[in-house]
Amino acid sequence: MNAAASISPATRRLYRRRNLINSVAIALGCAAALFGLAFLGWILWTLLSKGLAGIDWALFSQDQPPPLEAGGLRNAFVGSIMICGLGVLIGTPLGIAAGTWLAEYGHRRKLGTVVRFVNDILLSAPSIVLGLFVYAVFVMALSKGQFSGLAGAVALAFIVLPVVVRTTDEMLRLVPVQMREAALSLGVPQWKVIVQVLYRSALPGIVTGVLLALARISGETAPLLFTAFGNGYLSFDVSSEMAAVPLVMYQFAGSPFDNWVQIAWGGALVLTLFVLAVSLAARFILLRNKVGHD
Amino acid sequence: MSTQALPAAPTSGRDHLDARHDRLFKGAVTLVAIFVLFSLAGAALSMLWGGRDVLASQGLSFFYSSDWDPVAGQYGALVPIYGTVVTALIAMLISIPVSFGIAFFLTEIAPRWLRTPVGTAIELLAGIPSIIYGMWGFFVLMPMMREDIIPWMTDNLGPLPVVGTLFQGAPIGAGMLTSGLVLAIMVIPFISSTMREVFLTVPGRLKESAYALGSTRWEVVWDIVLPYTRSAVIGGIFLGLGRALGETMAVAFVIGNSVQFTASLLEPSTTIAALIANDFGEATPEYRSALLLLGFVLFLVTFVVLAIARYMLMKLSQREGT
Repeated sequence: MNAAASISPATRRLYRRRNLINSVAIALGCAAALFGLAFLGWILWTLLSKGLAGIDWALFSQDQPPPLEAGGLRNAFVGSIMICGLGVLIGTPLGIAAGTWLAEYGHRRKLGTVVRFVNDILLSAPSIVLGLFVYAVFVMALSKGQFSGLAGAVALAFIVLPVVVRTTDEMLRLVPVQMREAALSLGVPQWKVIVQVLYRSALPGIVTGVLLALARISGETAPLLFTAFGNGYLSFDVSSEMAAVPLVMYQFAGSPFDNWVQIAWGGALVLTLFVLAVSLAARFILLRNKVGHD
Repeated sequence: MSTQALPAAPTSGRDHLDARHDRLFKGAVTLVAIFVLFSLAGAALSMLWGGRDVLASQGLSFFYSSDWDPVAGQYGALVPIYGTVVTALIAMLISIPVSFGIAFFLTEIAPRWLRTPVGTAIELLAGIPSIIYGMWGFFVLMPMMREDIIPWMTDNLGPLPVVGTLFQGAPIGAGMLTSGLVLAIMVIPFISSTMREVFLTVPGRLKESAYALGSTRWEVVWDIVLPYTRSAVIGGIFLGLGRALGETMAVAFVIGNSVQFTASLLEPSTTIAALIANDFGEATPEYRSALLLLGFVLFLVTFVVLAIARYMLMKLSQREGT
């Protein structure tokens, strides 16, 4: 910058200004990163400090209590596991099928572009909208207003579906064309090529997609409000109202009762740890797979 | 799989069978793909259908009247629509510069060993359920707003001409400003990880050429990276906007749930999603119909925003392809 004396004052001023702008921008960039990370760290800290006090054996062994009595979230954990499990079971096969069509049949067609576009919109559509959709079709029209765990699972399946479609589509297109050609040249019918060759190669990617979808739906609250509705008692019956962890958290956190708030924070911590663990596992599987492909 | 169990048939029979199975398989997956196509349209139409009673009784005044009184059968959705737009705008105003700063930090400033761990941490934080952000806002941010920030704002910003009306009102803590803040914190990891990913697609030789010519880091980001990725950055911002518009739980805790119109950012208001979530449980059938119609409005707004986002993102991937 200050190399030769032959640099004119005007150029030097320009250099100095450019350097100044650069330093200010770098300082602002660092500040932004600190700002963002500080808030996120603050949230995690709040979650840990308030949540740890709420975690004890009773949280898992007792049902949700009336105000000011001891209790836990057993009914909500059971409900969440059943609703999310069913949601994944419904959404995954549909997602794999649609993703297969996108990658293997509709790849170069106009319809394929449209389906991919619609799927992308569905992927980021507000979950409350999907909940209202399932309420209008499943609860109101098909079950005569009966809220049910199954309806909740269907609502969550609509969140799982686009995630699995996207990853299946992407993973199948990553499989080398030579693999398809080699299998087809042996006279293997196309559906068998897809099921026995391509799926096997794309499996880790698809599993990653399913895990990411599971992480996403386990914290979903809004769509369950109009479908699973919530239930204060332990229930294994998916054809009637069912509890879920986020639903109970929503009800308890806003209440004036200290023990309810305490339970809500305990549930929040367990939920967050679960979500983080599942997303880490998904990342790990994808990473290992990537290494294997090279 | 069933073909394996068949006795050795003449080749032609086997061929026919294979062809039939192929057709069956293709038909099945095509059906599901079309199901995906129609589920989006189904979502829109089912909400419109569910809200037809209220649409018929209120007519177009549903969209511009601010009179929301379920007991009297009056449904004017201006307040929640206004609240939705304003909270999302506040969130974008804060999160866009911060996210850009984070992406700049993660791609050009930070030492290499720091980039991956911090980037991964931010991506993981983007996956934290929104209800956690809502609870944090309710228990930590709202008391702070009530006791310190809002009194300061009403004292110092309230008397200003024009903008002053935005910063007047009782210090309750719940309101559009608090909601906008929580939303901003929630979408920052989301937008910044998208931006970071997009910035990483810029070919290294472009950036290296600029550095070789003596550009500063800021000039590389502002004059090389950003023009190259402009459409995708806008796409990422719109994705974040879509999230902020439709977010329910982070807002429902801190918006205050009041359907009275207020120009102040500090007084309780409501958004479409928060109003639906709060009132649905106790609503009468007619009120539910109004809430479904409100859901339809939310769907339309987010659809437009997300469609723009996807279009912008698609433009970058097309350029990558060529």
